[in-house]
Parts: sequence; C-alpha cells; structure tokens
Amino acid sequence: MKYTVGIDLGSTTTKAVVLGDGGEILGRGITNSRSNYAVACEVALVEALIAARFGLVERAMAGLEADESIRRAWLEQLQEGLRLGQYRAQLDSLGAVLAREARGSGLEAGVREIMDALGAEAPQLYGPGTARQSDFFRDLSGSRYRHFASIAASGAPGLFDPLVGLFDKSILEVENSPAAGEFSSLVRAALAGLDGVPGALRGAVEEAAAVPLELAVSVGTGYGRATLPFPKEQIRSEILCHGLGAHAMFPRTRTVLDIGGQDTKAIQVDPQGIVTSFQMNDRCAAGCGRYLGYIADEMNLGLHELGPLAQQATRTVRINSTCTVFAGAELRERLSLGERREDILAGLHRAVVLRAMALLARSGGVADEFTFTGGVAKNPAAVEALRQLTAENYDGPTLNISPDSIYTGALGAALFARRDWQRSLN
Amino acid sequence: MTGELELVVAEAEELFRDLRLGAVRRWKEETGGLAVGYMPIYVPLELFHAQGVMPVGIFGGGDQLEIIRGDAYYQSYICHIPRSTIELGLNGAFDCLDGMVFPAICDVVRNLSGMWKLQFPDRLVRYLDVPQNFDPEVGGRFYRAELESLAAELAARGAASYDASRLRESIAVYNELRGRVRDLYDLRRREPWKVPTHELYVLLRASVVQPVEASIRLLDRYREAALAADERRPMDQARVLVTGSFCEQPPLGLIRTLERSGCYVVDDDFVQIHRWMECDLPTGGDPLASLVDAFLADSVASPVRYIGEETKGRALLERVERSGAEGVLFCAPSFCDPALLDQPMIVAAVEAAGIPWTAFKYAENNGQFQVIREQAGTFSDSIKLWSD
Amino acid sequence: MTTPAEAVPEVRKDGSQHKQKQMIADHFSRLARAPRTGDKCVYTFVPGNLTELLLSFDLLPVLPEINALQSGMRGKSREYISLAEKQGHSEDVCTYVKCDLGMMKSGNVGPTGEKIPDPDLLLLSYTGCFTFMKWFEILRQEYGAPVAMLHVPYQGDGEITAAMRDYVVEQLRRNVIPALERVSGKSYDEDRLSELLARSARAEDDLVWVLESAKNRPSPIDAYFGGVYYIGPIFTAFRGTDEAIDYYRELRAEVEQRLADGRGPLAPDGEIEERFRLVVEGPPNWTSFREFWRMFADEGAVVVASSYTKVGGVYDTGFRHDPARPLESLADYCMGCYTNLNLPRRVELLSRYVVDYGADGLLVNSVKSCNSFSAGQLMILREVENRTGAPGGFIESDLVDPRYFAASNIKNRLESYLQMIDQKRQAGGTA
Repeated sequence: MKYTVGIDLGSTTTKAVVLGDGGEILGRGITNSRSNYAVACEVALVEALIAARFGLVERAMAGLEADESIRRAWLEQLQEGLRLGQYRAQLDSLGAVLAREARGSGLEAGVREIMDALGAEAPQLYGPGTARQSDFFRDLSGSRYRHFASIAASGAPGLFDPLVGLFDKSILEVENSPAAGEFSSLVRAALAGLDGVPGALRGAVEEAAAVPLELAVSVGTGYGRATLPFPKEQIRSEILCHGLGAHAMFPRTRTVLDIGGQDTKAIQVDPQGIVTSFQMNDRCAAGCGRYLGYIADEMNLGLHELGPLAQQATRTVRINSTCTVFAGAELRERLSLGERREDILAGLHRAVVLRAMALLARSGGVADEFTFTGGVAKNPAAVEALRQLTAENYDGPTLNISPDSIYTGALGAALFARRDWQRSLN
Repeated sequence: MTGELELVVAEAEELFRDLRLGAVRRWKEETGGLAVGYMPIYVPLELFHAQGVMPVGIFGGGDQLEIIRGDAYYQSYICHIPRSTIELGLNGAFDCLDGMVFPAICDVVRNLSGMWKLQFPDRLVRYLDVPQNFDPEVGGRFYRAELESLAAELAARGAASYDASRLRESIAVYNELRGRVRDLYDLRRREPWKVPTHELYVLLRASVVQPVEASIRLLDRYREAALAADERRPMDQARVLVTGSFCEQPPLGLIRTLERSGCYVVDDDFVQIHRWMECDLPTGGDPLASLVDAFLADSVASPVRYIGEETKGRALLERVERSGAEGVLFCAPSFCDPALLDQPMIVAAVEAAGIPWTAFKYAENNGQFQVIREQAGTFSDSIKLWSD
Repeated sequence: MTTPAEAVPEVRKDGSQHKQKQMIADHFSRLARAPRTGDKCVYTFVPGNLTELLLSFDLLPVLPEINALQSGMRGKSREYISLAEKQGHSEDVCTYVKCDLGMMKSGNVGPTGEKIPDPDLLLLSYTGCFTFMKWFEILRQEYGAPVAMLHVPYQGDGEITAAMRDYVVEQLRRNVIPALERVSGKSYDEDRLSELLARSARAEDDLVWVLESAKNRPSPIDAYFGGVYYIGPIFTAFRGTDEAIDYYRELRAEVEQRLADGRGPLAPDGEIEERFRLVVEGPPNWTSFREFWRMFADEGAVVVASSYTKVGGVYDTGFRHDPARPLESLADYCMGCYTNLNLPRRVELLSRYVVDYGADGLLVNSVKSCNSFSAGQLMILREVENRTGAPGGFIESDLVDPRYFAASNIKNRLESYLQMIDQKRQAGGTA
C-alpha cells in the first residue's frame, strides 16, 4: 500500500500522521523533539507506522471469533508487549553507552546496579492498564534511572549527581541515534511473550506485517521547519498545515487558534481550508504555553493541574502582564497580597487568552466555526476563558477541540503530501 | 472636617474611575452641548469652553480596563495609552464624545489621530499641530491659524461660533482653575502631609472629565478641608520631584507606593494641562493673541517642546529649587519616546547639580509595584541619610 | 551570524550600483577633508532634507541616519548601541539615535574609515519624526553646535494648507537661511537655488520612471531592497547636482535595457525569477540586509513598490522641485514626505500601489525603532486588505539593532505568507 506522511517538528514534540492510499488516517506517532531533527522525525514516523500496522491488525482481527472486548484486550496486550520490547531495546543501547561512559570513573558498579534494576522492573511498567509517566523513552527511563540512582547512592550520597550526570550525557547519544523499530520483529517478539494466543490473531498479525507499506510522498512542517530534514519542496508552512489540518478535522472551520509552547497562531481559512490570513505572536513568548509552564513550575504544580485549579476560582484576579520574565514576580506579589491561588490562576489563564484574542482580532476576528488546537487547548480553564471571550465579542461561534488536536499540523502536512502525490500521478 | 475631605476625594475618585464619562453624559443631557476629547499635554481648553464645547481629557484606561481589542492595533514595543484609548473608543465609552483632538505629543499619538479618522469617519478628528517655532511672527502666526481653523471646525459641527468676548470670559474661568491648582501645588510644597499626592492626583484627573466650573468648586472644597485637617502631621519623608509622567499616567497604586515608600512628592508633571502655563492669561485685548502668546512664551519645558537655545535641564533644576525637592524620580512610561529620549540629557544636568536621582518605568496598567517600592524606599532612605 | 564583510551586499551589482557607491565614497572623502579644506558641515535628516539650499551655500550635508544604517550594514551597530545604552539611553528608544551616539563616542569614523567632522550647524528639519527633535537636542549637548530648527507641520488632515506652507517658508527665510549664511559666510542666492532645484526635478523625473518600471511583468527592479540603492543619491547629498542627473540617467538606461531583455532584478545572488509581486511598507533591516533580501529572492518575491523609498520624498504622485517657486517648493517637498502623511493618506497610497503595480499583497516590515512608521501599521494592513482584497503579511525587525532580527521567525512568517498567496492562486486557478 502506498502511503503519504506529514511530519510536524515542534519545539517540544514531533508528530507524524500516515495516510493510506484512500486518504484515510492509518496511524499517528509522537515523540519528544531532540537536537537531531532527522532522528526525531524518523522516530515519529516509525511510531506512526507501528500504529498503522496495528490499525491493519485490528481490521484483520475482525475474523477473530470473539467479542469486541476480548479483541480489544488482545490488541492491548500485543501493543504493550511491543512497547516493552522497544523499551528494552533502548535500555540495551543506553546500558552500552553508559558502560562506555562510566569506564574508569568508579561509577561502573553503580551503573550496572541501576541498569539491572531498570531491566528487572521493565515488565511492570508495561501491560494492560498500566499508567506510565510518559511514553517517551527519555522521560520514562530518566525518572526511573534517577529513582534507582538514589537507591544506589543511598550509602554514598555524593554518587547521585555523577550518576545522573552520566545519564544526561548518555541519553543524548541514545536518543539521537537512528530509531530501531521494525514492526514484524517487534510484534513477533511481543506475540512470543503472550500465552494462549489464538491462531486467528497470529494470522491477523502476520497478515498486517506482510502488507507492503511504501512511502509515496512526505511533507514536513513545524517550528524547526527551517532545518527540517526534507527537501525544500517537501516543506510547507505550519500555518498552511494547521489551517488544512483543522479543516480536515472540522470541515466547517473558518478560524483556527493554535497556542503551542513557543508561539501562538491565529489563522483564517476559507471553506476549502485554504488560509486567507494569519497572525503570529511577536518574538517574545508572552502568553504562550511556555508562560503557563513557568507558572506551574513557580507553583510546584504539574502543567495539567493548572487548569482544573483555576476552575475552582471564585473571582478572576486581573493580571495585566503575560510576560514570562515577570510571571514569577507577579505571582509572588499577588500571593503576598493575600489573593487566593485559584483566583490568580483564573486571571493568568484569562490573560493568556486575551493575548490570543488580540492575535485573532489582527487576523480578522473569529468566524463560525472556530477550532482551537495546540497544547493549551487541553487546558479546561483556558478553553473556558476563550469560550467566554469569543461569546462576548464574536456572537458565540461553535468551538471545536479535537482530542487529537496535537496532530493538526501533521495531518495538514499529510494532506499536502497526498495532494502532491496525486498531482504527480496526473 | 475629615468627613468632608474623604467625601471630596471619594467624589473625585469616582469621576476619575468612571471611564464611561458619566459626568460628560450628564452635562450633555442638561445642556445639549458638544463634548470633545483630547489626549494629554496641552490643548487650548478656553477655546472649546468659549464655543460651548466641553473639553474632556482622555488620559488612558488606567489599571482597571481590560484590553480586549486594543492590543490588536499595536505591536508589543509601543506604549500602553493608545491601546486603552482605542479600546475605550471601540467599547462605546466615548459615544458621548462628538470628536477627538490629538495634540502634538509624539509619533504614536500623531498616528493615532489618523487611526481615529479611519475608525470613526463621521466624528470630528483633529490633529492639533502646535508650533515648535516660538517667534510670534512665525510660529505665532501658524498657531493662530491652527486655532482659527479649530474654532471653525467646532462651529461646523454645531458649536457656537467663535466670539472674542466669550473667549475672554473663558480665559478668566480657566485662570480661576489654574489658580486653584497652583494654590494646591503650593500648599503641597509647603505642607506635603496635608495634600497627599494620591489625593491631589485624583482631583486633577477629575478636573478634566467634568465641567470646569464644577472642578473649581471641588478644588475649593478640598483645599478648605485639607487646610483644616490638623490630624495630618508631618512625617520623616524625603521630598522628591517626579518627572516623565506627562502623557500616559502612572496607576494610582504607583503614586501610593511612592508615598508609602517614604517619599513626599513635592512637584510632578501629572495632568500637566492646568499648569502648562505658569501665569494667568490676560483677560482683555485680543483673546486669541493671549492664547497664542501664552503658549509661545509661558509653556513649561516639556519634553514634547523644542526648547530652542535654552539649556537642557535648566528648567527642571529650577523646579527642584522652587519645590525644595531633595531628589528626582524619573518615572516614565515604557516606550515613551519624549520622556525616554529626554531623560539622559536631564539626568546629566541633575547629576551635574549634585542632586540625587533614580529612574524606573511603568505602564498605566501595572499591577505590581514591588520593585518600585524597594527602589523608591532605598532612594528615600538614602536621601534622609544624606540630609542628616 | 553574518560577518561585517558579508553584511554589505556586493556580490552581484549593476553598473549604477558601483557608480552610486563611488559617489557616496567621494562624499565621505570630501567630508573627511573638510577640516583641511575649510568646508563647513551641516548635519541634517533625510526626510525633509534641504540639500539644494545647503549646496547653494556650498555646505556639505552629513546625514546621521545614513551613518547609522551604514554602521548597521558594517556590523558595528551592536557595539555602538550597547555603548549608548551603557551611557543611559533607554533600550526602548530609536536605535538609529543610539547607533549614531555610539559611533560618535567611538571616534565618529564613517564607512570609508575616515573621521566624519563635527557639525558646524545642526539643521533640525523636524519632518515626519518626533525623534529627530530629541536626536539633535542630544547632539547639540554633545557637540555644542548651533541648531537651526525647521518645524515642518504634519499633514493631519491629509493636505497642505496655505498657512502650513507660509509657516515653513517663513522659518526658512527668518531662521534657516540666516543660520546658513552665518555658518557659510555667504549670502543667500536664490538664483543659484533655483538652478539646483531645476536639476533636482530632472533627476526626479528619471527616478520616478525607474520606480514605475516595476509595473511591468516581470519587474526589472526590486523597489525595496534594490530601491534603497536607487534612492541613495537623491535622498542624501546629491539632489540638485549634475552627478545625480547623470546617475539617474544611467540607471534609467540600465533598467530600460533590462526591461527590453525581459530580465528581472539583480539580487546579491543573481537575477530573481519573479514568482510573487509585493508592496512593502516600512523600512528594511540593515544589520542582516543581505540575508533579509535573500529570504525574498529565494522565493522569487520581488518588491514592486515600497513606502520606504518615499521617506525622503514622494515624487510619484506628481510633486517636483520647482525652480519658479524655490522656497515654496522646498516647503511642499518637506510636508509631502511619506512619514509626514496621515494614516488615511498612507492607506490610499499603499492601496493604489497594490492595484497599480499588480501586487499579490502588502507586506509590512514593522521596525521596533520607528514609531513614525510602526504605530498604526496593523490598522493600515487591515485597511489595505479590505480595499484591495489582496492579503496582507506582517513581519517584525529593527533598523540597526541586531538583537531584533530573528531570522528564523521572519523567514517562517514570510514563507507562510508567500505559500498562502500561492495556495490561494492555485485554488483560484490562476497559478
């Protein structure tokens, strides 16, 4: 099967969306962005292709004589098994680099102890229903490594920092090395780890693994666009990709707002998803996702906790500056004045959305329907503030937020890839 | 009498906080007259008054206005007052204004006049270009033509036609107002504890959004009550002159912060319009000539004016001398070209005279003063230390 | 990072560009020799410059804005600005001023490596920019030189009234001319001024022809990046000279030839193949001038008209210096400069450019330094979009502060804008 792919290289995550030859979404993949852009894109693509194969497995499993819940359970076991296999393979790479780096440092024994512990606990991290802190190897292995490093250093506290330093050095090499992730070997290993696998499932997996997936065209976009590892003609502006992606998700979209970590974009599209005007924030990241990140750090909260806390506000404190530089100072002063944390947070969310409102107005306003994307679209307090302000200022347009909104840019890029492919066929 | 003092200040503060210009709306309902807004610095209020027009000072949105649309008009490196002014224009606060006059302050306000023309094509929108040449035969002639054309424009919009005797009367009324303001500044200079600047400031702000006659009455009541406030006793505070805040105004919280940090403000350039000319204007003769001559000869040395062959900073040093200030606070809005471009020259003069100074920036909507509190506190402490 | 050497576009150049460079170099040499020759130097500004009047007194004009932009191109501005900021000049204000002050504090060495002499007079032609007034107040304090102030009233209502013209002419008669007489030791000679003005008008005719050649497809010129070279002589020390006449005649012939050959404009890396036609509002960035131009050239974006090339005079709406009414026409010239126009007039001019030059849209380069341009540009953009139906684009940078040139940010927006235009065309079937 020929597929097209769109890759969105963002400042924090890299996303890929794979479309089948009928234009249907076969799979989505995501990874953390890293210094080697080519590897980040490749990993995202590998992830998307694995997801695509699983989609094929799922389709082929229709032949499995069992009810939906049992099919799902098998599929989930298989996916978790595959993830475990990936994790172990990366642990092996990490172990090898660490061993090399540790040589002669006196930390060899400590490293071995940690790596053994990481290997031993790996099966507990994967399995149906397990909640992992992150699916990105850097984050997951990093937090577990630190956990075991603190145990290893319990008798000699001076060891902890050098051990962590070793990890920080080694992980760069590991994550910037080409991704290993061939579906058929990974899935076969996963199957081998399961008991009582029905023959029909085995057949479905083999069938899916055997489908030839052949790249037709890829298009890249995103924050790191200027250095995307694609030829120039295969690069599209993130503005265009976001516009088209939002149109694909919600065909009646006329205005798109994207608030990401580093920038905010307000985009107007026509009924075909073609961008007619856009505005982006200026150089400073005031009012972007990063600002909420600073606030979360300042309050010792997780980013995802901010919104729900802000929703418990009884009033909205007026915050006049969304300058990231002053975020901490403003917060501390408000707290020292006796303002409630929830009320301050409500004000901060409103301030972020007000910045976005200015960009929306510059780009031409908010038309019906209105699609909100980017990391901040996951924040319920920001969504609520946006809903309220657009209702007050623009006759309450329908507000769309997709659970897959993080893939909007990649989807748009994939659709551009598909267009290019079709044009090349004609 | 304390009750009266609080009442007057509360009344003034209500006027100052009323961004929808309730007093202007009421005046228009009562009189059916025109009301025309003007941006800070100087415009000839007397001329409006003489034609039955109420001039309304538009000094920004302060710290209580949420900017929803105004930011769409300006890049981040432009000061705050035009954003809030546009916001108020768009949200209907200025519906009671029949026009706007934009004096020659800087390029931002100058360009705002054109934006206003584009945004409100049906209203009177006027850029008032005051002369930077102070020769009566050159700049004076030009300014007179500007005033005559402004008068004609007001008349074309339904105001009374220009009439010399009425202008003479209006000049007399504004002399009254100027005198009251001068007196209060004198009183504050002598006994700053009797006239706290955060009170004087709201009175001045109130004076630009209500009829001049009402302003005079309010200032009289305040003066009487302040003089009687014997419970207000002197404190060990540093006497400072604040400069740089002539257009975009500092939030009231900033002024309070300065006072709480141990500073008596003994001179400033807030709401400077009633102190633009330091003397009364002649109430006889050709009144237009009086306006023109006073502007040419008696205007304060504002950074928006070219000062010709005068020495930069000399005027400020004189004010320091007259007010008995022990230090200078350069307190300018962020991105304010006139204040910030002027500042290094004035600082040089202040430094050469051995006067302590410090500088900080603000925006009209600042909500946090911690840094300023610390800075002003340290400054006043150091002054007190030196003077001991 | 660009090195100073790279920052100066000199890879591929037209003959006119070489000539222009030589003219400017000669002028700087003349300035450098002034202390020996006894020539007097008058500092003044590009908008509202009174070059013919100065030349009629044999005075040499020095333009601090030009020095600042040259410092930007030579990679010196970062150091100069930083020096001025250390001496108390605010980070918020115009970087031309700070760059000029930093250069002065560093010995006032100009682009040719020679020292620019101190001013004998500061001719403050206060035209279209508030900062000019402060700039020369500062220079007066620094140099102790006398100032002649010419207050050019703003076209607040979009027109030049008789009172405005009289005001300027009276200032010329009573203030400026006597000051020039004092510094030069010569008397005002109106006949000589008229001769110079007649020469100005001839050069202006050819300049306008060149600028309007961009109405052709493909355009033989780039009216922004290339345009800044074309306006060089007439905006600076050469208006009214035979050299300017020659330069513009030559330039015109060069452009005529390119037009006849159906060739596009010459960018530093070679000829541009026109894919997009843009009108640009706002001054360029000078610290990364070549990189900035390349971003356009690489995409086949040609600027067919710009407001920046009108900052030292708007000639394409019919104004010419008029020897028959010398002082009046100098007054009209000053009042007609682009930044002295009110916003409705700017919107009209830019909208007309979009239509008359068949542009794909208006792109604003908003510079942090210059409120005279920047305040209101977002509204201008929207108005022009509404009037022409052509999409607008918006990028931000600064004149000479390299800290405000974020290349990837600008490239991102510019490419997004061009791709949007392209996508619209494809959808409209006109590609």
